Amino acid sequence: MKLHEYQARDILARYGVPVTGGGVATTPAEARAIAEQIGARVVVKAQVFVGGRGKAGGVKLADTPEQAEQVAAQILGMNIKGLTVEKVLVAEAITYEREIYLGVIMDRAAKRIVVMASAEGGVEIEEVAKTNPGAIVKIAAHPTLGLLDFQARDLAYGIGLTDARQARQFAQIATALYRAYMDTDASLAEINPLVVRADGSLQALDSKIVLDDSGLFRHADLEAMRDASDEPEAEQRAREAGITYIKLDGDIGCMVNGAGLAMATMDVVKLYGGEPANFLDIGGGAGKEKVKTALQIILSDPNVKAVMFNIFGGITRVDEVAKGIVAALEEVNTDVPMIARLVGTNEAEGRRILAESALIPAATLAEAAEKAVAAARARA
Amino acid sequence: MSILVDKNTRLAVQGITGREGEFHTRQMIAYGTNVVAGVTPGRGGQTAIDGTVPVFNTMAEAVKQTGANVSVIYVPAAFAPDAMREAAAAGVALVVCITEGIPANDMVATYAFIQECGARLIGPNCPGLLTPAQAKVGIIPGNIATPGPVGVVSKSGTLTYEAVDALTRIGLGQTTIVGIGGDPIIGTSFVDVLELFQADPDTEAIVLIGEIGGAAEIDAAKYIQAHVTKPVVSFIAGQTAPPGKHMGHAGAIITGGEGTAQEKIAALEAVGVRVARLPTDIAQLVKDSL
Repeated sequence: MKLHEYQARDILARYGVPVTGGGVATTPAEARAIAEQIGARVVVKAQVFVGGRGKAGGVKLADTPEQAEQVAAQILGMNIKGLTVEKVLVAEAITYEREIYLGVIMDRAAKRIVVMASAEGGVEIEEVAKTNPGAIVKIAAHPTLGLLDFQARDLAYGIGLTDARQARQFAQIATALYRAYMDTDASLAEINPLVVRADGSLQALDSKIVLDDSGLFRHADLEAMRDASDEPEAEQRAREAGITYIKLDGDIGCMVNGAGLAMATMDVVKLYGGEPANFLDIGGGAGKEKVKTALQIILSDPNVKAVMFNIFGGITRVDEVAKGIVAALEEVNTDVPMIARLVGTNEAEGRRILAESALIPAATLAEAAEKAVAAARARA
Repeated sequence: MSILVDKNTRLAVQGITGREGEFHTRQMIAYGTNVVAGVTPGRGGQTAIDGTVPVFNTMAEAVKQTGANVSVIYVPAAFAPDAMREAAAAGVALVVCITEGIPANDMVATYAFIQECGARLIGPNCPGLLTPAQAKVGIIPGNIATPGPVGVVSKSGTLTYEAVDALTRIGLGQTTIVGIGGDPIIGTSFVDVLELFQADPDTEAIVLIGEIGGAAEIDAAKYIQAHVTKPVVSFIAGQTAPPGKHMGHAGAIITGGEGTAQEKIAALEAVGVRVARLPTDIAQLVKDSL
């Protein structure tokens, strides 16, 4: 789950990270009031979950509260890459000499949490990693002791912050960011840019936190920060039903049990000249109610012209799955053609049950994909 | 021969009195697995599975009383990291964690602790292991497997069952099937299992089923080039997966343009691995390579 910049900033402020003054506004009048409180030049920033908002006109400077109101009026309601801006962050606009990057992320291979810093801030770290990997300093926090003080200092010196006071402040910020990452069960926490001001002090200008969905069960306060625009309605409905659904751009709906098999099914659809409309992992069981919900979710996408079932019945026998599908179909009113490939335990009986329904049976994965692609084309 | 689990496996089930734990314990026993103990804190002294399996409060007690040497975990995500640590501290050689949805950061300290104890962890978020006709530890359906010369290692569940089922139908049995799991941090990697299969005299060919996210398949390709002399057949799921989205498994995500199926397939093919285009083609490719 993604957090907005203003949410990440509020969390980091609690850990002692120096953030610029300001607040979040949902109306131009609120933006003006915040600018009046700040009493200096401000920056008004769209709060949307897409990159490149600055280039899209979603970040603007304002010298006076009146101007802040005007630019907030321009930005609020603006459509940036398909998302409507509903909130703006109004923050003090400060001058600075240079930009630094600081981030915390998991290194899967090393099985450690890594703190990264780069003297080349203000650009995406992936870009720096490609163009100038030597500019990135990485330190793996100790698995149980966490980020140690000397490691935080090593990072500071590693990116050339040799002034003692500056190095100390940087180390404090790095430690704070690491703690915030761990305490919130994040999968990413970054400050980019962290800027160096004329007096040598450091200030966080933009921050980002992405939370690990698996950690949310113990953070009701963070779950409450969820912005529905981060998750389309159908994905949310699926999540609540224990189904994993991700909408894609194609026209062949896929209903599969198991994440790996669901990905493989999409790949096979593509291999046979079709485009998958979604990723869907129905999870274990695949009983009638779950199949029904999953089918409704798939069909809520108006692009879907055919649905391909690919179910492997292991411990849940294929005939039981087939019964569930047939029962679910009876309750979902649709004329979208359904192609089913069911394999595994008791598959002959499963096929017999399907043969008596409106489903189009397929014996192999290739045959199912071919039939689904043909059915979708016939309706195009 | 086989790897990791066999007739000598003495299995303790953590969470045996839960719904999942009890269901799968029955399946494991029916398969012939030697389930010697169950562990549920607060249920010590009772029995489970119709009075056939003694239940202990702690893993230490279960190991002491029954000589359990492998543990399998079916407890909710909130308690699974502690269950893994408890099993490792109790001295079992192998800890298998089926549980899905464990906060990824919890696994950093947990993995380090298990390593300190000298135990091996499989998973979490995995279907477990199965050595045909010997032992089933986890949730892999036993009826699709049969003894034979193919070692199978995979990040996935049902996709693995597909491959195993197809192998069995084509007349190729398996030495051991290992589901290593789809989480960002897992205890046993592709490389670890490749090493075991390479050393196992009965394994003649290896099937490696990967997916998008991370670089474990790239590491596997490097290892295969340097150390594996047996034929390896692979399938990588997620060629059509969009970037930045978790495809079901917490670890299956393309970030910053890295971890794509295309780069993994290229790395494996470059070292002579045959990569199947359809998961159902895996079995035939294995047959051709033997």
